[in-house]
Amino acid sequence: MAAFIERMGLLVLACVSLLVSGSLAVDRGNFKTCDQSAFCKRQRALKAGQSPYRALLDTLELSDSRVTLQLINDNNKVRLLLELYRLQGNMTRVKINELKPLRPRFEVPDVLVSDPPTEPMSLLSQDDNGVVLSLGVQRQQRLIVSARPFRLDIVEGPEVLMSLNSRGLLAFEHLRMRKDTQANPEGGEAKEDADGEEQQVEAKETVEEGVKEEEMDGMWEETFKSHTDGKPNGPTSISLDFSLPGVEHVYGIPEHADTLKLKTTDGGDPYRLYNLDVFQYELFNPMALYGAVPVMLAHSTARTMGLFWLNAAETWVDISSNTAGKTVFGKMLDYVQGASETPQTDVRWISESGIIDVFIMLGPTPSDVFTQYASLTGTQSFPPIAALAYHQCRWNYNDQEDVQAVDKGFDEHDIPYDFIWLDIEHADGKRYFTWDPHKFPTPKDMLQGIMDKRRKMVAIVDPHIKIDSNYKIHNEIRAQNFYVKNKDGGDYEGWCWPGSAGYPDFTNPQMRAWWASMFAYDQYEGSMENLYTWNDMNEPSVFNGPEVTMHKDAKHGDWEHRDVHNLYGFYVQMATADGLIRRSGGVERPFVLTRAFFAGSQRYGAVWTGDNAAEWDHLKISIPMCLSLGLVGISLCGADVGGFFKTPSAELLVRWYQTGAYQPFFRAHAHLDTPRREPWLFGPENTALIREAVRQRYALLPYWYQQFYQAYRTGQPVMRPLWVEYPKDTATFTMDDQFLIGKDLLVHPVTEEGSRGVTAYLPGHGEVWYDVHTFQKHNGAQSLYIPVTMSSIPVFQRGGSIIPKKLRVRRSSSCMENDPYTLIVALNPQRTAEGELYIDDGHTFSFDTKKEFIHRSLTFANNVLSTRNLCPESQLSSPSWIEKVIILGASNPKGVNLKTDGKVTPLDYEFDASMSVLTLRKPGVNVGADWTVELL
Amino acid sequence: MSCAYLLLAISLCVSFANAVEVQRPRGVPLSKRQFYEENKPFTCLDGSRTIPFDRVNDDYCDCKDGSDEPGTAACPNGSFHCTNAGYKPTFIPSSRINDGICDCCDTTDEYNSGASCQNTCRELGRQERETLQKQAEIAKEGFLLKQQLINEAKKQREEKQGKMTEMQTNRRTMEEKVEALRTVKEVAEQPEKEAKERHLKAWEDQKAIIRAEKDKTKMAEAFLELDDDADGYVSVVELQSHTELDPDSDGALTEAEAQALLGGAGKVDTSSFESAWDNIKDKYISESQADSAAVDPPVEDNRPPVPDNEPYHDDEPVDEDEENEDDDEDDDYPEEDSDKPIPTVHTPEKSEQDEEAMPPYDAETQTLIDAAQKTRDDFDEAERALREVDDQIKSIEKELSFDFGTSGEFTYLYSQCYDLTTSEYIYRLCPFNRVSQKPKYGGSETNLGSWGSWAGPVDSKYMVMKYEHGTGCWQGPNRSTTVKLICGKETVVISTSEPSRSLERRTPPRGY
Repeated sequence: MAAFIERMGLLVLACVSLLVSGSLAVDRGNFKTCDQSAFCKRQRALKAGQSPYRALLDTLELSDSRVTLQLINDNNKVRLLLELYRLQGNMTRVKINELKPLRPRFEVPDVLVSDPPTEPMSLLSQDDNGVVLSLGVQRQQRLIVSARPFRLDIVEGPEVLMSLNSRGLLAFEHLRMRKDTQANPEGGEAKEDADGEEQQVEAKETVEEGVKEEEMDGMWEETFKSHTDGKPNGPTSISLDFSLPGVEHVYGIPEHADTLKLKTTDGGDPYRLYNLDVFQYELFNPMALYGAVPVMLAHSTARTMGLFWLNAAETWVDISSNTAGKTVFGKMLDYVQGASETPQTDVRWISESGIIDVFIMLGPTPSDVFTQYASLTGTQSFPPIAALAYHQCRWNYNDQEDVQAVDKGFDEHDIPYDFIWLDIEHADGKRYFTWDPHKFPTPKDMLQGIMDKRRKMVAIVDPHIKIDSNYKIHNEIRAQNFYVKNKDGGDYEGWCWPGSAGYPDFTNPQMRAWWASMFAYDQYEGSMENLYTWNDMNEPSVFNGPEVTMHKDAKHGDWEHRDVHNLYGFYVQMATADGLIRRSGGVERPFVLTRAFFAGSQRYGAVWTGDNAAEWDHLKISIPMCLSLGLVGISLCGADVGGFFKTPSAELLVRWYQTGAYQPFFRAHAHLDTPRREPWLFGPENTALIREAVRQRYALLPYWYQQFYQAYRTGQPVMRPLWVEYPKDTATFTMDDQFLIGKDLLVHPVTEEGSRGVTAYLPGHGEVWYDVHTFQKHNGAQSLYIPVTMSSIPVFQRGGSIIPKKLRVRRSSSCMENDPYTLIVALNPQRTAEGELYIDDGHTFSFDTKKEFIHRSLTFANNVLSTRNLCPESQLSSPSWIEKVIILGASNPKGVNLKTDGKVTPLDYEFDASMSVLTLRKPGVNVGADWTVELL
Repeated sequence: MSCAYLLLAISLCVSFANAVEVQRPRGVPLSKRQFYEENKPFTCLDGSRTIPFDRVNDDYCDCKDGSDEPGTAACPNGSFHCTNAGYKPTFIPSSRINDGICDCCDTTDEYNSGASCQNTCRELGRQERETLQKQAEIAKEGFLLKQQLINEAKKQREEKQGKMTEMQTNRRTMEEKVEALRTVKEVAEQPEKEAKERHLKAWEDQKAIIRAEKDKTKMAEAFLELDDDADGYVSVVELQSHTELDPDSDGALTEAEAQALLGGAGKVDTSSFESAWDNIKDKYISESQADSAAVDPPVEDNRPPVPDNEPYHDDEPVDEDEENEDDDEDDDYPEEDSDKPIPTVHTPEKSEQDEEAMPPYDAETQTLIDAAQKTRDDFDEAERALREVDDQIKSIEKELSFDFGTSGEFTYLYSQCYDLTTSEYIYRLCPFNRVSQKPKYGGSETNLGSWGSWAGPVDSKYMVMKYEHGTGCWQGPNRSTTVKLICGKETVVISTSEPSRSLERRTPPRGY
């Protein structure tokens, strides 16, 4: 979908809005720079090295689970409470709030899967200058609290891993009374009488300071374009800086249309995290986009760490790299490492409200960081296998006949697909949960027709609700008082697709429960079990709102929208996914696509990169954008294949299919005003190329599914930067043009127009990689030039891996459910290989609730391929069997024996000496059985 | 054309319905049965290898061409033959065998998937026959209709061509007539011109005499005025009081200058003042008028003293109308422009009054003029008629130039329009002209394209019409429309679809 400007065009005429948007790029003027965001400007104006904060060491309290300590701002005497937690799994949590805030400050709920379990800390030493706490004997980690100025250093052995407030940019705008409402300061202070003399003195000083601070612009009111943000709570922003010695590469903090490796922000704007519906976004800049995950990864050859800044308000992240700079340590750090030339990255987080609540994930490996982050916010939801197949979308498939014709087109051209999507035009006047009575008069017939092909559909349900007293959804939300309120207490109204719309308060658990109940088959008329949901516009998009989103002074219960903004989309998807689970009585796994997201959104479904464009650069950026999301837990990511805006050339479309076929969420989508682009509309050659790309995807579905099972179990990303698997290989640290799927497939898609060849980097000293199409073997640790034609999709399988495939590609993934497997065994130079096989029913929770699955290891060693049940308590009988085994890098055996059930039978085989490929014919064993194959 | 195809389809259908079932490996069509001989090694149909017969349909793909697995899904490129007794036999891709979806109406593709398929071949065959029968009837009727239309078109065309030939003949006659009338006109205009010139010259002469008399009177008056001392002479000094006569315009009329004006004499009498008058009369200001200082502006009248045949006044409003028409066509053009020419109309009229009017033509001249005017009118009339015929010829030529189908069967669509109302829009198709769309509930019309060409595939070019260069789309190309024609009994727009906002709006009308 898109934003305001374009919709205006639609209002005027079908599509004659030629004049509306002269430039095709984003209108930057619609969105704030740091300078235009009052708190960011204030915070960024602070100078480093002048921290007014001092730790009051005598307030230190140490319990089993935490350490607390008061901090004082020597300028205004406002006290903060510092809480330190050692969390299980090598993490440290640092929380800073006002000791006595005027009102409670917002703390983000529902994002953490549970209260993170702690580990005891112990006091190692204490003097006037600071405190040293032990973070665990095993790793010799210590946390050093320096008193003046306040500062934290996390140290392991002789190494400083991370320092907090080392640049003195901790800033905490305390809540205060507004000057003109402060006529009777006694009244305000009276409450604090109980806190004693000292507090009163401080309060007075606070007031004085407050008066001084109030002179700054934008503290109590801020106007951007025509929108005024009344700020009844005044300035509330927070900031903290982190220094990362030895780190030159930081990643994450999506969503930005930028390179994988984050850039320094000196001299420009910080990276912004504020969920926004950006119309025709620009590439390679730090502007905010639709989603926000405030998680950053810091990586060096020595260690990988993560920072999780748990704050849902507008947030800006500054990054600077100071290779020459060295942190100045206190007296207690007498064991500082000698190297003075250590590179260092400094980051600084600034948020508009809430508290400082930061999780420091200490790795040390990339995999450890993923595990640590997953323990906090959960893992990727395990999608139904169909969700990993191909999705055909367009704004819009016009009517039931159109849907039927497109469905038929796929069969006529023998291209598989699993989901066909309906955008906003399917609903009756953009009233979600309804159907246009003329275009979609019998949705169940349509869904049944799709179900007959064992396919599925997704219909869009956006969170803006048309204000219309004849619309059931609106009436119920209004009746139950579930709408977000404006600052004056009335229902907040904004302009979106349906015209005037209300926005349900998804932060309210009752509202979410009600919303979920609306997906019940008897509530959502025309829905069936093969209808799934797409949540768009959930930043939320408000066409006539500031920065095309909701006014910050709108109210969600007691909290301001300012506090919860980046959570809105997270909650929408949460409630929708819950609805899809509930409608099936908890049996079926949901599938929900969202555009807006936050930390933890991985638990609820898929994310796509929003309204991109049919341009080569947009194809290229899909790689770092999805890699960045994967690093912070969101594995089910994709970009609109073909590009949403504009019209792709046939070449671009083919290349995009080829790339998308190897990215997690594989969906083609197109803008309403672009010509049709179903795969068969570009001539037989291009149809064949697209068919082949989609078929490659389907053949690999067993591997993809297994990767998502792993992601669900462990939180490891599915689509990975190379450095995740080769953390010491610096050549991999800034790669934007290739990636891994799991650890065994390396993909270097062709993303250049008119490309004749690509140079892929194959990592790993002493490793080998096999071209998955030709089976040709290549050595690792080299850049390999690969000549390409239009049919080329350079993909390599790692030597040492075993990948299961299904080579009988059918109309949809469901049709392939019981098909036999082919195992691709790629031998490493040691002539071994390992892999897994995971199978379940593909769509229910039975794998979890009833342990109905098959999970087996596959191992090749000593010329024997064997399989072992990895979970003996699991049970599933599958009709699938092993059709073929292809061993790459093999030698010609004298014979091949299959052993199963105590019987030995010789297997037929073929050996291709030119490529050293051994193909075993029809082992025929059941996928759940124990068996071995021996090469003689 | 399509009608013919439909008829052909019927006969095919009948022959298949009578096909006899023969034993052969699953998925093998009759035509290939001989390649699958039980208990003999099987050679892949591409000849690539030979395998034991028990590997045919053993659910493992041995042949690159997929020919060893005609009845299983093992080969990615295989195909499966459904006999579909009672209906049309067909091939399906191997990947549709046992995929849980009933593809063959005889259910043979789902022999091991658990899908419960019903044999629907007989029913489908019956329906098909019924449909085909109906279509054949329609086609037959349509065929007759088509013949009729073709005949009509032929007749029309012939008529048109006949008419054109006739008109071309007429045209020649008319052209000759125009030429003849032009000669007559020119002949009549010659004496008219001469008579007018004579009349004009007489009038000019008379005016000259009058003017000379006037001048004389003026000179006498001036002499009296100048002769201040009434001595019967105008002296240098007397002349010097009229500074306006200063030849070098330095503000002073010197003695020498005055003397020069007087022809070198110190004073002149009435008779010799005549030559001096010539020197001064242009500048001389009568003392009686000097106060009012108003020298009448010279009358700028470029018009010939004799009114022309086509006076200005008739011309101007015509121009204006034309401009207004332009304005109407171009919406963006500001309205005010049409006011511009109006002020110029009246100006010359006033000033022409003070000239003494030319006396009317004498009877003889008037007769000549009237005679000439008549020849002019006759000529104009003939020319107009010729132009009209030209236009008609052009329009018939244009119509004849359209490709109305192999036999002109689409001729009748020309200059017709057909509407279709959907829930949102009213679509209007004017064949060979344009397609447009108008919102049902108000709003302006959108041009969906103007006649481009026939755009069907090579063998059925006349099944599809293409209309192009419609209104442009947002960030996209111009709209265009594809019209698909289906055989039927009447001409209507059946349905529209808009696959994407910008391209291909199919508006299939029933052809005939």
